[in-house]
Amino acid sequence: MRHRFFPGFSSGVWLFTILLAWSAASAQDLKSFEKRITVKVLPNGLTLVICERHDAPVFSYATFVDAGDVNDPSGESGLAHMFEHLAFKGTTQIGTTDYAAEKVALQKVEDANDAYEAEYLKPVGRDEKKLAVLHQAFVDAQSAAEKYVVPNQFTEVAEANGAHGLNAETGLDDTQYFWSMPQNRLELWAWLESGRLADVVPREFYKERDVVMEERRMRVDSNPIGRLEEQFFATAYVAHNYGRSDIGWPSEVSQINATEAMAFHQKYYVGGNIVVAIVGDVDPATDLPMLEKYFSRVPAGPKPEDMTTVEPVQFAEKSVVIREQTQPIYLEGYHRPSYRDPDDAVYDAISDILSNGRVSRLYRSLVEEQQIAAEAVGESPIPGEKYPSLFMFGAIPLPGHTPAEMRDAIHKEIEKLKTSDVTDAELQMYKTRTRAELLRSLNDNQGLATSLAEYQTRYGDWRELFQQLDQVDKVTKADIRRVANQVFVASNRTSAEIDTEPPAGPAKQDGGAQ
Amino acid sequence: MKNHKLRPNFRFLLLAALVTAFALPPASIAQQSKPWEQIPIPALHAFHPQQPKRIVLKNGIVVFLQEDHELPFIYGSVLIHGGSRDEDPAKAGLVGLYGQAWRTSGTAAMDGDAMDDLLESKAAHIETAGDDDSTELSWDSLKGDSDQVFSLAIDLLFHPKFNAEKLQLAQQQEATEIVRRNDDEDGIAGRESAKLVYGVNSPYTRQPEFSTIGAVTLADLQGWHDRTLKGKLIVGIYGDFDPVAMEAKVRAAFESLPPGTPEAARHDQFSDPKPGVYFIDKEDVNQSNVQIVALGVDRHDPDVPTLDVMNEILGGGFGSRLFQKVRTQLGLAYAVGGGFSFPYDHPGSFRVEVLTKSVSTVDATKAAEAEIAGLNTKPFTAEELQRAKDDIVNSFLFDYDTKDKILDESERLEFYGYPADYLETYHAALGKVTLADLTAAAKKYIHPEKLAVLVVGNGPEIKPGLDALDMGAPQPVDITIPQPPGAPAAGGAAQQ
Repeated sequence: MRHRFFPGFSSGVWLFTILLAWSAASAQDLKSFEKRITVKVLPNGLTLVICERHDAPVFSYATFVDAGDVNDPSGESGLAHMFEHLAFKGTTQIGTTDYAAEKVALQKVEDANDAYEAEYLKPVGRDEKKLAVLHQAFVDAQSAAEKYVVPNQFTEVAEANGAHGLNAETGLDDTQYFWSMPQNRLELWAWLESGRLADVVPREFYKERDVVMEERRMRVDSNPIGRLEEQFFATAYVAHNYGRSDIGWPSEVSQINATEAMAFHQKYYVGGNIVVAIVGDVDPATDLPMLEKYFSRVPAGPKPEDMTTVEPVQFAEKSVVIREQTQPIYLEGYHRPSYRDPDDAVYDAISDILSNGRVSRLYRSLVEEQQIAAEAVGESPIPGEKYPSLFMFGAIPLPGHTPAEMRDAIHKEIEKLKTSDVTDAELQMYKTRTRAELLRSLNDNQGLATSLAEYQTRYGDWRELFQQLDQVDKVTKADIRRVANQVFVASNRTSAEIDTEPPAGPAKQDGGAQ
Repeated sequence: MKNHKLRPNFRFLLLAALVTAFALPPASIAQQSKPWEQIPIPALHAFHPQQPKRIVLKNGIVVFLQEDHELPFIYGSVLIHGGSRDEDPAKAGLVGLYGQAWRTSGTAAMDGDAMDDLLESKAAHIETAGDDDSTELSWDSLKGDSDQVFSLAIDLLFHPKFNAEKLQLAQQQEATEIVRRNDDEDGIAGRESAKLVYGVNSPYTRQPEFSTIGAVTLADLQGWHDRTLKGKLIVGIYGDFDPVAMEAKVRAAFESLPPGTPEAARHDQFSDPKPGVYFIDKEDVNQSNVQIVALGVDRHDPDVPTLDVMNEILGGGFGSRLFQKVRTQLGLAYAVGGGFSFPYDHPGSFRVEVLTKSVSTVDATKAAEAEIAGLNTKPFTAEELQRAKDDIVNSFLFDYDTKDKILDESERLEFYGYPADYLETYHAALGKVTLADLTAAAKKYIHPEKLAVLVVGNGPEIKPGLDALDMGAPQPVDITIPQPPGAPAAGGAAQQ
């Protein structure tokens, strides 16, 4: 799951998103891109990737910070996402009428919050009167600090200068910031973007925390699939942070403070942990010195130490059953290795053969032949890719059909993968479609910027975007059988389902979702 | 590598906006220097967007050819007049079923499953889909496969063989959507608020039911196909092709058709919603979805450029009055925004939405209503106008920065009968909007007393209750899903 700064209003959320394998291309494409791509690592460790495309006087960028909610400290789930929201609040130079005075006022907000929280969290002997006084002091301190704020000035300046598709997303693995702009605003963009990476100010933090709580209510608490997924991942993992609510458990995200958010920034928003990719009407010869000047403002630093928790091998099958009035859904997941595993492309092949389009095995079996499901998919990696994750199957039953039928039908398809080879045609189809999908995706400046930044971060070289095709081409039928037998076993499985219950009688209690 | 991410799918055009005067600090605290204003903004590089070649065949079919040789793909589409608003109400859902079954059935020469196998082995696609005013057949493939894929697509266009099993499959998919339509709060809010605007039985809001999709037959699909294919088709081709050869190919496929008959004009009646507050109780949510709606205007209306600017100021984005007040200042919502929509050939809606925790439902609704009413009482400032215009004007480029966007726009204008230079004219008109225009438009179009408010939320948690909105007693909206006549209560299909 990814969470973004600005809501995307989705319709028909009951459908799963079918994700295509996103792998590689051919040597010919790589050569043509090598001529257009410039990479520059600045002295502070930050990497700039510039891809020239002069078709129209526009550019798109993606800033890729190699830190996400998986990095949230214990007790502070949702912190990376909270910081992402903060990154739209401006800097010492934008969004304020008087930063020097604001800084003093913001420290008073922190002090007031600390005093309030200390009383609020007392396990025994909390003084409610004192708590009310401390709360009022906290509210007053916020009002005093807000006097110096020019609300939303950062985003307004961006949008008044033509920023298009301005948004950000926080996932478990990483945080991304992005928009597109007319080409003549490149320097203005560099000022804005480098400023918020280097010089963010925690203004209006506690109001924004309320906003994020509303985002949680929208995406998780009030959404059947959101509720199901949160419980599914929390059950599948016992040790690794992939099992933790990414938007944050309510009691934690509602207690995060600005000091914690700024500590997260100091640790993870350092040059070595950030890649900025720009695609469009940009000329590295003239623009690079300017970009270097601005992005050198980001504090120097190597990549922070990696997470050391390793999810222990699962040895007991687990399941989650939610009984409620919404319609049935079935999910199951199996632990698999991270994206760096040599079999990464084998998982993509399995996903493609099982669930890409009307020719896929799950569609043909569950939807067309047995006519028990409206949709059925097998996708991976989820919920992240940087660390060992899951291969997840899911199905939406047709009216009158049950999660148990979905499970049995999925298991039959898994058994086939384990006991007989996929066909030559299926394997070839995977390879052909992966290549074509990569080529198609190159057309879009924003999508390409995101991919370049992502591959530069994950592999240390954007070329892997194309070179991964070599791994795709090497996948064999035997690989698929081997991996299916290794991974798709009962002791490695977690399932989650919604079993529909009829409405309660008139004497029902309040049914809030918590 | 994949991310499980939600794609942006904005119901409104969420562009941007500006700081409003009320949010600015008093003059005594002067803003410190504005360093970004010192950054030079050079002239934009010269840009001559490539218009597609427009060809009118002697039978009236319009063809657009848009070359783009960067990548080795060719895309095509045929746009056909007539959509769900034109279907028989007793068969609501017909066009949706047609959109699925047309492609999955295939042709006499090659059934849909065989077509799937062939196309997917080439990473190619042919798809069909139905919309409210049109249906469409589209295709795409690598350049090397394009002759074969074009032939298949044309065969499917002119010689489909509708198949009973595929119709049944489509009916099952549609039934799944019906049975699940009350699970998702956002879906309920969007659908039911549209019914408040247009009426329950409007061609724009009526919904498929088990009985109406069950009434659709193979003959209905064939009949729909035969009738709409006689209309004025619009063909668009995009990608890496030779224009002379492609024109010859398209002519060969389409020129022998008889002249198209124009789709009969619609004479729909539109009226304002009945003002008041409407409520749908949903026990499994802790956040209310509030929709504040009224009837809006058609894109032909000369006030549209002004209303577009007003949208920016009211709810278009980060600096809009709604965002500034309800999200930034009050912290009452993550999702808040809205404005007028401008469909090309019928009145749109005015819609403001705010999603807020149950206990703040009344506060957030009142705050949003105050911003709507404020369009008439809180004077627009020169600064607001300038920033709204800057937002819109400086992002015009993104309406035509790629060749496929230009082609899409050309097809859209052709389909609705707008002049080819509509976008330029529209952009120019936006630049001329004045404060007086805004004030006059607010007076003409913003009538707080005519608004209908729909709340989907958790009744017992909403405190104070919706009575506190002072809009009369909340009127419950029944969203019970009608069961097919004589149907047993199917397992796993309990309804709200």
